[in-house]
Amino acid sequence: MPEYRPDLVVHTETLRGGESWSFVVERGHALRLTDLDGGANVALLAYNARQPLERYNMPDTLKCQHTFLLTAGHCLYSDMGHILLSIAADSVGWHDTVCGVADRAETAAHYGPGDYQTLRNDFHLSGRERFLIELGKHGLGKRDMAANVNFFSRVAADADGRLAYVPGHSRPGDHVDLRAEMDVLVVLNTCPHPLDPARAWAPKPVRVEVWRSGTMTPDDPCYRSRPENARGYENTRRCFCQHAPA
Amino acid sequence: MLKESPLDPAAAIHDEVVRAGDAWLHTLAAGQTLRIVDLEGNQAADTLFYNAHDPSERYSAVDTIRAQGALYLGAGTRLMSTEGRVLGEIVADTCGRHDTLGGACAAESNQVRYALEKRYMHSCRDSYLLAIARDGRMSKRDLTHNINFFMNVPVTPEGGLSFADGVSAPGKYVEIRAAMDLLVLVSNCPQLNNPCNAYNPTPVRMLVWAA
Repeated sequence: MPEYRPDLVVHTETLRGGESWSFVVERGHALRLTDLDGGANVALLAYNARQPLERYNMPDTLKCQHTFLLTAGHCLYSDMGHILLSIAADSVGWHDTVCGVADRAETAAHYGPGDYQTLRNDFHLSGRERFLIELGKHGLGKRDMAANVNFFSRVAADADGRLAYVPGHSRPGDHVDLRAEMDVLVVLNTCPHPLDPARAWAPKPVRVEVWRSGTMTPDDPCYRSRPENARGYENTRRCFCQHAPA
Repeated sequence: MLKESPLDPAAAIHDEVVRAGDAWLHTLAAGQTLRIVDLEGNQAADTLFYNAHDPSERYSAVDTIRAQGALYLGAGTRLMSTEGRVLGEIVADTCGRHDTLGGACAAESNQVRYALEKRYMHSCRDSYLLAIARDGRMSKRDLTHNINFFMNVPVTPEGGLSFADGVSAPGKYVEIRAAMDLLVLVSNCPQLNNPCNAYNPTPVRMLVWAA
């Protein structure tokens, strides 16, 4: 796979903090997320675009790779033993996937009232509500919501499993590249991490880019990082075994 | 934190042994208490909870973790739903730690974890799918991230995660008191590839007491 280059980018846009977005990233392309100001959070769900019953699965992703954090070299597994997205590059080093998103009640309790009538488009809509809106555009709903990834956010566990949010984890310009191993419906929002202790509602902007990465090759760090991932890629390859060679 | 139960098995209104590789789908009324007994030790009871009147509201691993600010489940843990409500509470526990990160085994994840040739082997997800297909109220969309009672999946401060030897032993149990009418879906895990159960899946006992 080539390194990211501006001339490979086929789409760029900037999302405000607290916005939601969805897009089908086609196999052979990668999604680059960039934290523009530092301290961003991107809550992300991923589905097989052809069959959204197949979706990102947090437990399988963690146990197949014996990891609690996500970073370069890791793959995001579906519930069907396929790799949806590979973390091809990462300048951050730790992304959370066990804390979910805040709901309406948590958001109101933490940030205070923030309705549309008062704040217009700076109103406080929770991560869960943003997901429900964006999923609804694809005929999906709350039964399709699973544990999400929170890119750019770190939450560490102590020996007793007590969790601590790490402030200031992601810096301006930090980025992560997610290579699509099949056509993947990506659904995301830029709401704050649900354990972010900051009291002011100040969700951070994120740049999203789609670029021509090509598909995985056997020298790929994600493929080579674990024998489980080699089997995951083989399982995924079988989805495309009826395609004519390029 | 270990906490023993005052409940007497002789007074239970339901008492059933679920063999390894079987599923158990049971309605638990609000206020009733379910005890799961690890009869022979280090068995995993892969468990999901649903609002019995609207199964689109179901157990949420991430909401439960966030509500208690900690990864492991034990006495005092409130099991949270996707709607931010309490489904039930762990009211007794002689094991000490239960997992909700490891999920349920499936034919396809077994292929990735162990070998591509393992797909034929029975799995928790197959047990779940058969149970809900027979029942008719739910489908694969409703299978979400479960609790693994009696399983020990420690996470390190550096971000590692492993399947360690169980902290359970023969006769250890956990009790859940229902805060609303619940559907309880359990797969008594048939996993033969993981040393955490000594490659030997064994029965569990289900006891229910009235409110």
